[in-house]
Amino acid sequence: MQRIGVFVCHCGTNIAATVDVKAVAEAMKNEPGVVFSVDYQYMCSEAGQNLIQDTIKEQKLTGVVVCSCSPRMHEATFRKAAAKAGINSYMVEIANIREQCSWIHKDIMTATEKAIILARTAVAKVQLNAPLTPGESPVTKRALVIGGGIAGIQTALDIAEAGFDVDIVEKQPTIGGKMTQIDKTFPTLDCAACILTPKMVDCAQNEKIHIYAYSEVESVSGFVGNFTVKIKKKARYVDTTKCTGCGICTEKCPKKSVPNEFNLGMDNRRAIYIPFAQAVPKVATIDADNCNMLKNGKCGVCAKVCTAGAIDYKQQDEIIEEQYGAIVAATGYNPISLEKYDEFAYSQSKDVVTSLEFERLTNAAGPTSGQLLRPSDGKHPHTIVFVQCVGSRDTSGCGKEYCSKICCMYTAKHAMLTREKYPDTDVYVFYIDVRTPGKLFDEFYRRAVEQYGVHYIKGMVGKVAPRADGKLLVQASDLIANEQLHIEADMVVLAAAIEPDKSARSIATMLTASMDTNDFFTEAHPKLRPVESPTAGVFLSGVCQGPKDIPETVSQASAAAAKVIGLLSKDKLTCNPCVAHSDELMCNGCSACEKVCPYGAITYSDKEFRQPDRTVAIRRVASVNEAVCQGCGACTVACPSGAMDLKGFSNKQIMAEVDAICK
Amino acid sequence: MVYSYYPGCTLKNKAQDLDRYARLSAKALGFELEEIENWQCCGGVYPMARDEIATKLSSVRALADAKAHGRDLITLCSACHNVLKQVNNDILTDEDIRTRANNYLKLDDPYMGETKVIHFLEVLRDVVGFEALKEKVTNPLTGKKIGAYYGCLLLRPSGVMDMDNPENPKIMEDFIRAIGAEPVIYPQRNECCGGYLSLEDKEAVAKRREKIAQSAAEFEAECMVTACPLCMYNLKKNDSNIPVYYFTELLAEALGVKN
Repeated sequence: MQRIGVFVCHCGTNIAATVDVKAVAEAMKNEPGVVFSVDYQYMCSEAGQNLIQDTIKEQKLTGVVVCSCSPRMHEATFRKAAAKAGINSYMVEIANIREQCSWIHKDIMTATEKAIILARTAVAKVQLNAPLTPGESPVTKRALVIGGGIAGIQTALDIAEAGFDVDIVEKQPTIGGKMTQIDKTFPTLDCAACILTPKMVDCAQNEKIHIYAYSEVESVSGFVGNFTVKIKKKARYVDTTKCTGCGICTEKCPKKSVPNEFNLGMDNRRAIYIPFAQAVPKVATIDADNCNMLKNGKCGVCAKVCTAGAIDYKQQDEIIEEQYGAIVAATGYNPISLEKYDEFAYSQSKDVVTSLEFERLTNAAGPTSGQLLRPSDGKHPHTIVFVQCVGSRDTSGCGKEYCSKICCMYTAKHAMLTREKYPDTDVYVFYIDVRTPGKLFDEFYRRAVEQYGVHYIKGMVGKVAPRADGKLLVQASDLIANEQLHIEADMVVLAAAIEPDKSARSIATMLTASMDTNDFFTEAHPKLRPVESPTAGVFLSGVCQGPKDIPETVSQASAAAAKVIGLLSKDKLTCNPCVAHSDELMCNGCSACEKVCPYGAITYSDKEFRQPDRTVAIRRVASVNEAVCQGCGACTVACPSGAMDLKGFSNKQIMAEVDAICK
Repeated sequence: MVYSYYPGCTLKNKAQDLDRYARLSAKALGFELEEIENWQCCGGVYPMARDEIATKLSSVRALADAKAHGRDLITLCSACHNVLKQVNNDILTDEDIRTRANNYLKLDDPYMGETKVIHFLEVLRDVVGFEALKEKVTNPLTGKKIGAYYGCLLLRPSGVMDMDNPENPKIMEDFIRAIGAEPVIYPQRNECCGGYLSLEDKEAVAKRREKIAQSAAEFEAECMVTACPLCMYNLKKNDSNIPVYYFTELLAEALGVKN
């Protein structure tokens, strides 16, 4: 028989206001095995923990039940306290009388009755608890960052700075992400390329960082500290070890009319291309869908002009397998498709552009060499209308219900820069609300309004009607003046909502990381663990977790790196000892458990058994790899012979709990 | 193929052309429009009051009649189409309206929203097919530049009407191509004509009318086509002197059955 102590927490008034804690403590005194029962105001406080430790020693307790908040909150606290007092930490059970009782009930009578039942259940379980010793698993001291935008770059640089190896997998031919396409950054208006490209070069030059550009993650297996990842290096048809990035091939390629992704299709590139001048790695890539040589074997110009002999039309995709201790998702975002927003005539007029396209139109490396010209006729626009919240904060079902967060600031930036460079241009901004929380953000927006004379109008644009003479007639409402507006504009710029990159979902599936309904990765805790995924060893960096601007992305990227460094600096990880265990004498070798195990933790082998008649028989039996087992319990349910059991949650313990509830 | 047909009041007097040419064209295309018996006015405007049931009953009667014949219900007038389709959607999705309508009508077979309401244009697109229609055209209106005028009711609310993209539709343009003419896409084609404001605020309607007609003229439309008698009434006499026709008239002309 165990000697059990019960400790009932008031949690201030969180529990005590709805549950009669004294009655719970009193009731527990009559439970079998309970030798001590008490209530206390804050069990998790130092005094509360001391109370538990002293009682363990004085009463020679072998088991402890704490009736308090959820085990997710303080199970570790109480386990540690018990271990300090000399008993095995797995002899502690928590009865959750806060989240599952006091917080959800109003009636003191019923809440108290339920709290007593929950406490009794925990006591019944502790009766059958056995000391458990956690095992250890080694940590592979190498991290993987999926996505090479500013988030992935910053995370990788910080991890490398701490002395750990880190690989970046980027699906595009170059790292850099969306920030490479942005002209200037708010609120300081420094040039995006000037602050980003040195970081890209740092990544390339850092011995600790390996960049897999033009590559994708194929599969992920394993667990925290021991992930095995297959990476597909897509065929570039260019030998990256030979290519010098001279760019002659990209000038001589006869296929001239491939829409250039980097400038969002507003100009053309060749079939062999380097995305932009500062690309890292600066090597050419052949776009197989548009290359005449690869499609029908007729051309070969690039191979002829390449002095380095780097062109290899026979190159194949290559699969690389690597081991990692930690994985960071930094998969980024894209503007939404505007096909459901035809009222803004995006598909009907070239002069209706998205904000990212506007960035390219004002960038010196863009299709107009930085001159703000109308895409339709190359003339200077004299009236520009910016429309915010296109697809953001939209409950109609066409767009996203969330605020994309970055649009208010970049629209203010666009409006301000337009007025500064072209003072003869009239600039209107239509908004639902202007949201500018952030250091120096509101000052920035006010400057756009007060110093630069941008016309901010509260109201939405109902229709953009392209006229035959090329003007865009913008129909809108001014909600403050309560009047209809008709503005003849030369250009309309749409602040399209942003959404997670389409690849995020498949990556989340590979990582068994959870996502919300908008396909943003979910955090382990929205406030207290914002850069960790609930899946151990998986971390989140940048917009893949939620909309963010650059400063916030960089902060989060560094935070994720700090978490990775914390993990990789350990030589060994303590495993959860509550894992499955197979009783070989009862196992009949049916493989039912192996089939249901999602982690591949169960293997079968032939073993010799001494029979009652002293002969030796060979039987096929299951065994569990404790380092891989996550303790989900699926095998214990599948096992027809009752050989599989989960330590700490044995079938006997669970039945005892059920009995205690039904008593 | 025989369809149940709901003409609506206007098609019996002011908009007889819309009706007549549709029947002639249907015959030429190999289907028949059988007018349902004892149909009543749809009300002209979809009743927005959630607690009022009487205004929806005439639509339910028409829908139930088509169901009794086991046929789809064809409409021509945009307003009737809008009312019938929205009421049908109410019956399908709103248990309260369904119960009250059936309690009121005491039909032998309760109406649960089974009938499919389709507009004549949808028959041309989805049943006949614009490619097949093209082949049946004997008198193509080659070179004629036609601006489709959709108005509001044919497309909206888009979730219920489910005909085409309400902001950038193409069903009428495809129709215009099928009869051999050239569609003119102008931005005001899906804007409101002013509707029933013509009864009390003629100036507001005039503003709308001229804006729409000007826009069509600006993009060099020679004429406009519509499926709505009220749009026709509001737009017909415009300062840009753009004639407005029912789409069925041009269809009948292209099929060579107008006279």
